[in-house]
Order: sequence, then C-alpha cells, then structure tokens
Amino acid sequence: MSTHASADTPFVVGGREFSSRLIVGTGKYSDNETMVRAIRASGTDMVTVAVRRVDLDRTREEGILHHLDPEEFFLLANTAGCHTADDAIRYARLARAAGFNDWLKLEVIGDEATLLPDTQATLEAARVLVGEGFKVMAYTNEDLITALRLEDAGCVAVMPLASPIGSGLGLLNPYYVRAIKDRCDVPIVVDAGVGTASDACLTMEQGVDGVLMNTAIAAARDPVRMAAAMREAVVAGRRAYLAGRMPTREVAVPSSPPLPE
Amino acid sequence: MDGKVTIRLNGKEREVAADITVSDLLDELGLVPGMVVVERNREILARDSYAAVRLSEGDQLELVHFVGGG
Repeated sequence: MSTHASADTPFVVGGREFSSRLIVGTGKYSDNETMVRAIRASGTDMVTVAVRRVDLDRTREEGILHHLDPEEFFLLANTAGCHTADDAIRYARLARAAGFNDWLKLEVIGDEATLLPDTQATLEAARVLVGEGFKVMAYTNEDLITALRLEDAGCVAVMPLASPIGSGLGLLNPYYVRAIKDRCDVPIVVDAGVGTASDACLTMEQGVDGVLMNTAIAAARDPVRMAAAMREAVVAGRRAYLAGRMPTREVAVPSSPPLPE
Repeated sequence: MDGKVTIRLNGKEREVAADITVSDLLDELGLVPGMVVVERNREILARDSYAAVRLSEGDQLELVHFVGGG
C-alpha cells in the first residue's frame, strides 16, 4: 500500500495483531485452487473454517487443511449451522480439539429462512465458552443492546451483520452499526451481507474495525479479482473514515473561484 | 463370536474388529490422525489416546474435520 497514508492504529483482536482488516470465509468456492488464489488476493491473514463430519463415503479428500496452510493463515473456526447454544458449545469444543487455537466465530442461527442469529442463545453460549477460555468473536444482529451484552460476556470482538448471510444486500443499517461501534470498546467486525466492493467500502466508512465476508468473493464471476477489489475497498473505506468526510449540503457550492465581474 | 462389534460411525452402523483401537480404525479409513477430531459417546478424545482407546459394541463415534465455511 502507499507510503503516503498517515498511520492507522493496528487491527488487534484478542491481543493478536492482524495485518488486514478483511477476514474471509473459505466456503462455496467452485474449486480449492480458486479458493486459495482468492484468499491470497484478498490480503487477509485470518480465514474462517467450519467443522463437519468427515464424509466417509467420498473418495475425494475434502478437508480444508489439505489446501490451506495453517502457518500462512490464522484459522478462525465457526459454529455455522448450529441452532442451539448446546450445539454451538459442542462444535466449539470440537474445533478447539483440532489443535490450532482457542479462537471461535460464534454463530447460533435462530431462523432457517433468514439465517438471522438467535441472540439469546448466542449470549448463553458466549458466557459458557468465554468461561472455558475461548476467544469468542460473536456474530450477532445490528442490535446495540445485544452487542453490549456480548462485550460484557467477555467476547473479544462483536460482529454485527450488514444484512443476512449470503444475501449480498449490503449495509442495511449504517446508523445501528455506528451506534455499536461508538458504544463498544472491543473491536467491531461487520460480518455477513456485503455483496460487492462498494458495500465493503461503505461499511468501513462507518468506522468499524473490520469486515468479514465469504459469498461476496466466492460467488463472484471472478472470485480472485473480486478478492483483490475487496482488499482495496476495505483499505479505501478505512482511509476515508480516518480522513473524515466533508459535510453534506443540500445546495451546490462551486469548487472553482468565480469569474471576474 | 466372530471377533466383530457394531459401532455407530458418523451416524451409520459399521462392523469393526472387536477391541480395535481408534488409531487402527483411522488407519483403516485412510485418515490422518492430525487432521481429524474424534468424539466417542459425545466425549472428545485426546489425540495421544487414540492408540490406547479400544472400541466396544454400541460405541458412537463422530469423526469431524475442518471444511470450507464462512
């Protein structure tokens, strides 16, 4: 990146510094080679992974660790697909037993049609998992009160959605996301709903600490190119936020000096 | 007795040699121990116990690993 930009504070979550404010998922890619190229193009150093049964009937190896080097990317296991606090706790423990780290993207789904989070179950699971020493990054609604409670529960990051998972609808509620950022001390990472680069940029312009996305890259016609676009959009949005935008006006103001009388 | 027991492996019944160890089962399935997590009767097994833990009739075994996800 350009050396002319003034310094930003580092992106630190749970005491660990990350070089990129973009976190990407590893699901839904057409093939593993494209996934790895896209992840590299995104410039991220943290990727999410899911925990699932080994498919014993399949001859093809589908484990992600055959394609992604855990030395190259910090692995953030998720509890995607869990619908109860108990399920999420179980999957969190399984993920930790894989032996990489004790970090977790906690996600408890409350409704199958919208995939919106069950915030009560998320809070319940967060309290248990923080007590067990997990570093919990909690996926939640763009609801300030839930965000504050997740922070109180000891989560290392709160991750409000931009819009429903996989919807690509972009940032639907900038005001609430800003309210969460203003009131929480832990890092705020907007997770889910970003559809294209302008969404990522607009999200970062709200002042949040990072963005997490998967489908926006994986489902693009050219995922590698979109990953590069997202990388730049996140940087641009962050810089614009730090630069402080001009005030909006309802009237035009000329940029050039007036002509002489 | 024909030296076989039936366990439930990832939700499906499967006959395995009586007293087979978890290590031997993973080997039979062609799985690398460092790449999977094993849950037996809802309890996660420590990797260093795979060679010692022997399976019994009716054991429920879950083998999970990391896959792509968001």
